[in-house]
Order: sequence, then structure tokens, then C-alpha cells
Amino acid sequence: MTKSPVLILGARSDIGLAVAHAFASQGHPVQLAARRADTLGAEKTDLELRHGVPVSLHDFDALALENHEGFADALPELPGIAVCAVGYMGDQAESERTPLQAAQVLRSNFEGPASILAVLANRFEQRGSGTLVGISSVAGERGRASNYVYGAAKAGFTAFLSGLRNRLARKGVHVVTVLPGFVATQMTEGMDLPAKLTAQPEEVANAIAAAASKGRNVVYVRPVWQLIMLIIRNIPEAIFKKTSI
Amino acid sequence: MTMLSGWGNYPVARAQLLAPRNETELQILIAGNSSVIARGNGRAYGDSAIGLPATLHMRHFNRMISFDAETGQLVAESGVLLGDIISAFLPRGWFPAVVPGTKFVTLGGAIAADVHGKNHHKEGSFRNCLDWVDVMGPDGTLRRCSAQENSDLFGWTAGGMGLTGIIVKAAIRLRAVPSAWIRQQTLPAANLDAAIEIFERSASATYSVAWIDCLSEGNTLGRSLVMLGEHADSRDLSAQQAATPYAIASAKTRQVPPVFPSFLLNRFSVRAFNSAYYWAGARKAGLLITDWNRYFFPLDALLGWNRIYGRKGFAQFQCVLPLDSARSGLRRLLQAISAAGQGSFLAVLKRLGPQDSPFSFPMEGYTLALDFPVNRRSLALMEELDRITIAHGGRFYLAKDSRMHADTLRAADPRAAGFTGMRQSSGLHPSFQSAQSQRLSL
Repeated sequence: MTKSPVLILGARSDIGLAVAHAFASQGHPVQLAARRADTLGAEKTDLELRHGVPVSLHDFDALALENHEGFADALPELPGIAVCAVGYMGDQAESERTPLQAAQVLRSNFEGPASILAVLANRFEQRGSGTLVGISSVAGERGRASNYVYGAAKAGFTAFLSGLRNRLARKGVHVVTVLPGFVATQMTEGMDLPAKLTAQPEEVANAIAAAASKGRNVVYVRPVWQLIMLIIRNIPEAIFKKTSI
Repeated sequence: MTMLSGWGNYPVARAQLLAPRNETELQILIAGNSSVIARGNGRAYGDSAIGLPATLHMRHFNRMISFDAETGQLVAESGVLLGDIISAFLPRGWFPAVVPGTKFVTLGGAIAADVHGKNHHKEGSFRNCLDWVDVMGPDGTLRRCSAQENSDLFGWTAGGMGLTGIIVKAAIRLRAVPSAWIRQQTLPAANLDAAIEIFERSASATYSVAWIDCLSEGNTLGRSLVMLGEHADSRDLSAQQAATPYAIASAKTRQVPPVFPSFLLNRFSVRAFNSAYYWAGARKAGLLITDWNRYFFPLDALLGWNRIYGRKGFAQFQCVLPLDSARSGLRRLLQAISAAGQGSFLAVLKRLGPQDSPFSFPMEGYTLALDFPVNRRSLALMEELDRITIAHGGRFYLAKDSRMHADTLRAADPRAAGFTGMRQSSGLHPSFQSAQSQRLSL
């Protein structure tokens, strides 16, 4: 039986690439979508050599909303699974100073990902099958001074995924929300992250592949994050506003 | 800054760990640090892959670039693990021509240490399956070297412990294999002489290695289980195995607990284990069909086995003795170990074939490898073993070393001075240094 293709949006990211390897190792053909996709030739060859699956490259700009329908039309085959690993942390201080920078963070983490998943959702709904995976963030669970612009965008994305899941639950389309916690990627390089709370991209990728096949709804990659966020969500606002966490 | 150590968790050093993502970043890091050393998967036992102040983690250089199914040549970046190569190519009938005792080493690490495997007596070391290697020098230039092109650099790089520059990518030859199974023959040897005799008459076996009881004494000094191996073909396999000859159920792995109580490891438990292991092996002696993972990498099934030695870590002693003095030298080594009562669970004896290369470890003779928990007594014992090795014309494996003195290396290996001289005259010395190269004045 040939497996359905998996589309990776934001395929250049460490998590996106790891997800591509995880699905390719199960025998899924892979569609890598990113800006300047032609520069992903080495990644394509590596995936094909290691896993013996076909890999195709597709130009994709999460912020060019007007092209999203056309992007989906141009795919050689509508994928069975689409994983959105698009994200941009930005610099919180710069987001505070510059509204355009804040808008860029909001658009990259919410508007763009929501737009492309909406386009794919309609097609999956029409087909009556498929899995959409959105990589959101625990930062969206409660706004904190250190990264609330990024957090606000991820909160929006988490709510969007939740609504999409609700809408499509009886249409044969499954939606997975992934909340990775800290991950050792290019985005967090140079940050001093606690090892026990920090996942490797491969760990996130394996959790996503497992969630897609088991039909899980919301996935914390390391279970400890579920507890941490439970506590953070429940700190009374009067106290929370004075903390720096 | 990160605390870095090798597989033996000894020594531990504070270093800056940098992970370049492409050749340009690599060039900037070589130029921007007083000295660097490349680090692969951290499986060298000691401080070979710790660079002070800066260590370059090569994990992002992990792509396979091309494979030629006519010749079996694979081109890949240096951070690719041998285990990844096996996962990708064994299902298609190919296996690395030389593998060390663990599949969790990178291609770059295998080249830098010029690793050897159970087929060294026939196929030589890793350099023999290496077609070419791209090395980045102090000026950031990438030089391709092979037996034909930049052949001096090629010669020094295999076995050069990363001290000739950063290994960025390489071409190696895989061998076509008839299945993923090994036909293993276990031959018990009652003592060292018997083990050597088995090795000498088994020169035609593709693979050979012996587990040796390093605590037995007297008439049973050096008793061993010699394990010979051949790639199994369809005649050796059951109908079910032969139907899908390259399919192996994924190996079960176990994890050693993060903190293993090291008091469980003492001379009594080790002696009892060794004795039980020998008799269990001797009883099951004979032919058996086993999978590649169990035959080549038995310890890989026990993830984190290095932790059984506790927080203080362990050191591995590995030497090779030339053929003519191997028998007497091994006897002296085993007597010293046994007298000190400090053996390890897994001591390995192996016949090596002829090899003539600028700075690689192997030479024709016998190699002995064993682990010791790090403490004052074991460090003193290893110095005694150093002296016995030197007295018998032997030398030491730098990929395992974590504690040798510079004088010991110089006394054992006249090639070390030439290696250092080459590093100085070609401008490599200031740019590429490891904690080990500093300790050994390389």
C-alpha cells in the first residue's frame, strides 16, 4: 500500500525537517514547502537517500496570503497529512518599540499559519479525510512580559486550531494542536534552557507522527509541561502580574 | 559554557560548544577562535573531542549527499552516524566495510580515529574504505584529499584525531552483503595460548573478536570466547529469514538508570560475572545465526551503559602489541590486571592485520581493550600497563585515551614527533587543538 504524502509547511525549520524525516521513515512521500524552496535540494536528497521516498519542493510564503489558494492548487497531490511548522519568535523588546515588528510576529505565528490551514481544511473537508497538525506553543497559554507578542499570536493560533477541530470533527478531518515547550532549535540557540524541559526536534517530530496516527487532539511533547502550564494558568492575576517568569 | 566529557565521563571540562550550520559559519568559527576541535557524537572515551576554549559540534552536518549503487560509494557529511548509514542502506543490501564496536559514531569521528573493526585482520582500518575526504583548514579552505590528491593530508587525517582540520564530508565504500544476519561461531579458549592459537588458525574468517576474562589466573589466565563471524547467505537462513533477508526486528534497547550504584561494581561481582559469562558462553559454543546488531554492536542495546561506572566515570585502556611480543606482553598485562583485582566486565582481545599508515593506531599484532572505573588505584594500574606495553613495543589507541602522559605517548610511538612536526610546519597546530592534544603535546 502506498502511503499518502505529508506536506511540511515551514520545512526549513529544525522541527519541520525533523518531522519530514519522521514521516519519511514510515514510508510517506514528503512535500517540503518553504520560501526559496529550491535551496532545499540537499535536504531533499538526504531524505530520499535515507528513506527511499519521493520528495518534492514547493515555494511557500506564509505571509503571502493571496497565494495560499494557488499554492494548494499547484501541489501535485493533495496531502493526507499537513504539518504547519511556520513560526517566528522575533525580539520582544523590538516588538514593543516597533508596531511593524510586532505585526510581523503576529502575522507569522497566527495569520499566515491559520490562513494556509484554512485553505487546506476546506479541501480536506471536501475530500472527507486528512489530518492537519499545527505547531503552536505553551507561550500562548498565558501572556508573559518576556514574550507576550509571540504568545498572543500562538494563543490565537491555538484557539483557531481548537475551533477548526470542532468544526471538522464530524467531517473525517482530524486536527492536532502541538505544544512543544522548549525545543533545542535555531530559534532558541544561545538561550540557556533547562535540559529536563527542553526537547530535541526529533522528539517533537516523533510525538507529531504518533499523534497523527493515534488521532490525538492536544499534545504536550514533554508531559511535565502540562503540569507547568496548569500551574502558570492558575496563578491569580494579582500575583502573576508581579512575577517575572 | 557547557560541561563536556567523552563517553567515559572522564575528564570533564568547561568548554564553549558551538554548532555551525554551514560551511560559512564553520569558516567564521575557525577564524574567530584561538583554537577549535570538531566533535561528533561524543563517543571517544576521553578528551579527544573537547576543544578548549571552543568545541565545534558537527551535528548540523548530517546529510547524505549521494550513493552509487554500482560501486557502493556513499558521499555524506561528517556528522552522519554509521547507524544512520546502516538503517538507510542495509535494507538495500549494503553495509559499511568497516565498523567499530558501536554504531553511534559519526563518519567524521570514524575517520579521525581511523577506527577498526572485527575484520581488521582482513580488511584493515576505516581508511581502507575511504575514497576521499574534504577537510577545512585553518584558512577556511576546503581541501579534497585522497590517495591521489593531497595524499599527505589524507594520510595524516585518517587517524589524526581531528588535528589536521575539520572533516566536513567524505566518500566511503559500502560492501554488498547477502543478508542482515551473521553466522557466528563461538570457540571457547581455556587460556591465552589457546585463544591466540584460534586467532592464528582463523585468519580466513571475515570477522573475529574475543571476549577475554581479565581476572582469571594461573592455568586459565586469559581464558576467552573467540567469536568468528561470516555474513550469512540464504543457505544459512530459515525460510522465513530468507524471504526478507535484510529485515530485522528493531533491536530492543534498555536504559541504564541515570545513577547506577557503583558499589555494585567490585572485584567480587566482576570476577563472578566473568566466570559465569565464560561458562555460559562455553556451554553454548558452536554455530548460531545472529543479527548484525547483536554481533557488531552488543553494547548498543544497553543505552547509557557508560553510567554503570558511576559519577566519577571510567577510563578505557587499549593497546596493541606487535606479533612477536604479543604472547609475552599480553601475559604480563593480564597478570598485572588480575593481581590488582581490577578487571572489567568486558575485555576484548583481537588479532589485527598488517597496517602501515602515518598516525593510525593499528599495527599487526594483538589488541587488548578493557575499562576501569576512575580512581587512584586504577590510574596507577593503567600506568603500569603503559610501561608493560612500551616494554613490549606496543602502542596506544588515542580514541580511548583520557589520562596518558605526553612522555608515555612519545616513548610508545615514534610517529608522534613526526605528527607534531607536520602540524607545526603546515600551520595546523595553533588552529586545531583538543584537550587531549594539549595534554599529549601533539
